[in-house]
Amino acid sequence: MLKPVVVVVGNGMVGYKFCEKLRAKSAEFEIIVFGEEPRRAYDRVHLSEYFAGKTAEDLSMSTAEWYAENDITLHLGDPITEIVRSTKTINSQKGIVLKYDYLIMATGSAAFVPNLPGVEKEGVFVYRTIEDLDLMKAYAAKSKSGAIMGGGLLGLEAAKALIDLGIEETHVIEFAPRLMPRQIDSAGSAILQQKLATFGLTVHLNKNTSYIAGDHKIEALKFNDDTELPLDMLVISAGIRPRDELAKLCGLEVGLRGGIVVNENLQTSDPNIFAIGECALYDQMIYGLIAPGYEMAEVVATNLCKGQKQFNGFDMSTKLKLIGVDVASFGDAFITEPDCRTIIFEDTHKGIYKRINISNDGKQLLGGILIGDAEAYSMLLQTVNNKIVLPPNPEDLILGSRGGAATEGAGVMNLPDEALVCSCEAVTKGDICTAVMEQDATNIDAMKKCTKAGTGCGGCIPMVKDIINGTLKENGKYIKNVICEHFDYSRQELLDLIRINKIKTYDQVLDTFGKGDGCENCKPPIASMLAGLWNEVILKQDTIQDSNDRFLANIQKGGTYSVVPRIPGGEITADKLIVIGQVAKEYNLYTKITGGQRIDLFGAHVGDLPAIWEKLIDAGFESGHAYGKSLRTVKSCVGSTWCRFGLHDSVSFAIEIENRYKGLRSPHKLKGGVSGCVRECAEAQAKDFGLIATEKGWNLYICGNGGSKPQHAQLLASDIDEATCIQYLDRFLMFYIKTADTLTRTATWLNKMDGGMSYLKNVIINDSLGICQSLEEEIAELIKGYVCEWKEVVDNQNLKKKFNHFVNAPNEKDPSIKFEPLREQKQAAAW
Amino acid sequence: MTQTQWILACNTADVPENGGACVKINDEQIAVFNFTRRSEWFATQNLCPHKQQMALSRGMIGSTGDACEPKVACPFHKKTFSLITGECLSGDECAIKTYPVKVLDGEVWVEI
Repeated sequence: MLKPVVVVVGNGMVGYKFCEKLRAKSAEFEIIVFGEEPRRAYDRVHLSEYFAGKTAEDLSMSTAEWYAENDITLHLGDPITEIVRSTKTINSQKGIVLKYDYLIMATGSAAFVPNLPGVEKEGVFVYRTIEDLDLMKAYAAKSKSGAIMGGGLLGLEAAKALIDLGIEETHVIEFAPRLMPRQIDSAGSAILQQKLATFGLTVHLNKNTSYIAGDHKIEALKFNDDTELPLDMLVISAGIRPRDELAKLCGLEVGLRGGIVVNENLQTSDPNIFAIGECALYDQMIYGLIAPGYEMAEVVATNLCKGQKQFNGFDMSTKLKLIGVDVASFGDAFITEPDCRTIIFEDTHKGIYKRINISNDGKQLLGGILIGDAEAYSMLLQTVNNKIVLPPNPEDLILGSRGGAATEGAGVMNLPDEALVCSCEAVTKGDICTAVMEQDATNIDAMKKCTKAGTGCGGCIPMVKDIINGTLKENGKYIKNVICEHFDYSRQELLDLIRINKIKTYDQVLDTFGKGDGCENCKPPIASMLAGLWNEVILKQDTIQDSNDRFLANIQKGGTYSVVPRIPGGEITADKLIVIGQVAKEYNLYTKITGGQRIDLFGAHVGDLPAIWEKLIDAGFESGHAYGKSLRTVKSCVGSTWCRFGLHDSVSFAIEIENRYKGLRSPHKLKGGVSGCVRECAEAQAKDFGLIATEKGWNLYICGNGGSKPQHAQLLASDIDEATCIQYLDRFLMFYIKTADTLTRTATWLNKMDGGMSYLKNVIINDSLGICQSLEEEIAELIKGYVCEWKEVVDNQNLKKKFNHFVNAPNEKDPSIKFEPLREQKQAAAW
Repeated sequence: MTQTQWILACNTADVPENGGACVKINDEQIAVFNFTRRSEWFATQNLCPHKQQMALSRGMIGSTGDACEPKVACPFHKKTFSLITGECLSGDECAIKTYPVKVLDGEVWVEI
């Protein structure tokens, strides 16, 4: 039996997609394509990139081989000129006559050219095909000024093309009172116009062109308000006109204003002829976007293969970047009060406009517009399409949470599936969820094997854990955030058990509450808990510490260590600087100023560490705990002692705070900052805790974070005195130490906390749990028990012995350590 | 096949409890582990194959699975290796060499 013959009229994006989809579903059709243009289907959506350096081949949707491989006959530069429905045959321009079983009209659209006097003049173009672009390009070389007629989506794309072509003076002329009248409202248009102005684009609204002036070539546009605009070239982008002339010729039903009328199966008035893409008129509407065109291709391909699928209109929500500006419009963007309530955010300084329309009962999102910042688009569109019930403060959707109760959205489970979680191994959130559900990877080790997530730098592991747990929870599985396979307890549970039972060693903890021999996952957190509870010198149990804590220094590439003496508040005397310089010189160390206002000395052999520290301690330095999950630095600006803007002495306060909390072991590292005025030179709002001087006292911020997921600290209390700052910090830090999971920074801890900042405020300021007194007492004990760990080592011969590379050759250094020269210093050899 | 021999590595007191130390034998670096909790000793190469770092002796030891397979985690990137077979237990790094160990009168001997 002969295969049914499918003839496709038109080789644009939608026609191509139809071939691809039909072939993917079935080999049982003979497919023959006729295209008017001389080249294979290309990406018209990104046409303007042709001027930004892409070639026609780059824009092409497929290769010549693709058609051959898929057994599709392609006739380029040969439009069909006649359809004879009675005999089901077509005639092409080059004389091909063919019988079809099914005919697919994918003729697309042409640029609509208004009937203006002078449109035939030289220098007037349309913006539709690569040929149009080539013509524009040639002409633009001798043009200084140009204009686009039409301020719609395509018009602004064309404006970008003119800018890319180097036209010095570019204008956009729009008949309507706003830009992109189908997508955005007047206020949004004003912001967009202001943004476009910064790219050198002048927008003229409410302009009705009466004729194009000039001899044989364009010289100016004349408007019916008697104004004129001198021009060298004009691109008309005033809308599209469906290519329905062939359909009309063979008697198919077409709409009054153009378009081939189709039903929900995309069938025309002849059941063997279908129309898809911009030439089709469904329910009085032309769908001028690519996504609905592809959907139409899918419907027809499915139905030809005896499947069931209908086209029922299409969501015309769009998000795009126009000349570098985000523009998005979704759902019902134009509905107005009293049919809905509208929330609008406008920032003319940054050029951001956001509008959301919500139902009168405040429960549903109906639609909206985003200009300048469309990051929330996907989430908002999902909210409209899935009829997700709105949170009590729907303005958070466009403004983000601004303190107060934590809103949905901060949690990892709200990330989109494509969010990149492990950037070392390119693992997305979706990959992790799939591994949990389909490969039963429900802990970190299994996840590492399955997806490699967390096997690179390891920085993503806490987030991977959250996603594993979140996925299990979403699927109704009970999960307990146990610390590893040896303990059936969470960090908080274990901490309580250790405290109540007054247990002092790791082995005892393992014997009493765990099983097996422990591992690298449970030893460091339990070491941290023991240190946090009893504050004993950590070297007493050195082999349960992470390598950095075991050697009281940070292991670096190559196996050497770095040394960071504490420099509280970043204040240091000349004498101390000289000592650091002398030590660095003597031991040939690479020196660098850190981000925390101290000095890091790199490349120390493990065996040299005690001698190095002996010299530093003699000069009055202490350990900087750069190796520990503990307080690092409290960064300060110079403050009122020198700065002409400073309100209070930020350096003195930073030193006081750093000295108060130095050595404090916590679930993760802690950083602080103190700024002497609102200029915030110490970046206190990027720290776990930060203070900013005010006229009346200090503002205290907590739970900020730099790092891979920066988050501003939130205001805990304003205009408080120094004693109150310390009191709140005591409570905050101890509450964090006691309740956060291992390796959870304060920001993540807060994000996961039920009730968020308002809950935390209640605990710390209003003592809602009645624990403030005990928190203060507990931290006072820890502060009292502080000793410099390095001083302990240099004073103790037995401890010093632990710092050797070879136990059987204590004076020999690791011969495998290699350095390479780097700008008058050295660096570790590459690995 | 090359001849192996028992070589005195160090004294038992040189290796911390439930931890490791590096021993120089001929020109090789050997990591010796004193797994006090299991009353067992282990020896492996000191080189972590992942980034070619002489670091395994500074790693944390522990066990994994129902069979309590003893293992060491490299301090650099926490790649873990079986102390018995040397096989990599996290990901697909090459296995490490392991050596027989015996303790006699407070001395640790390794067969190389």
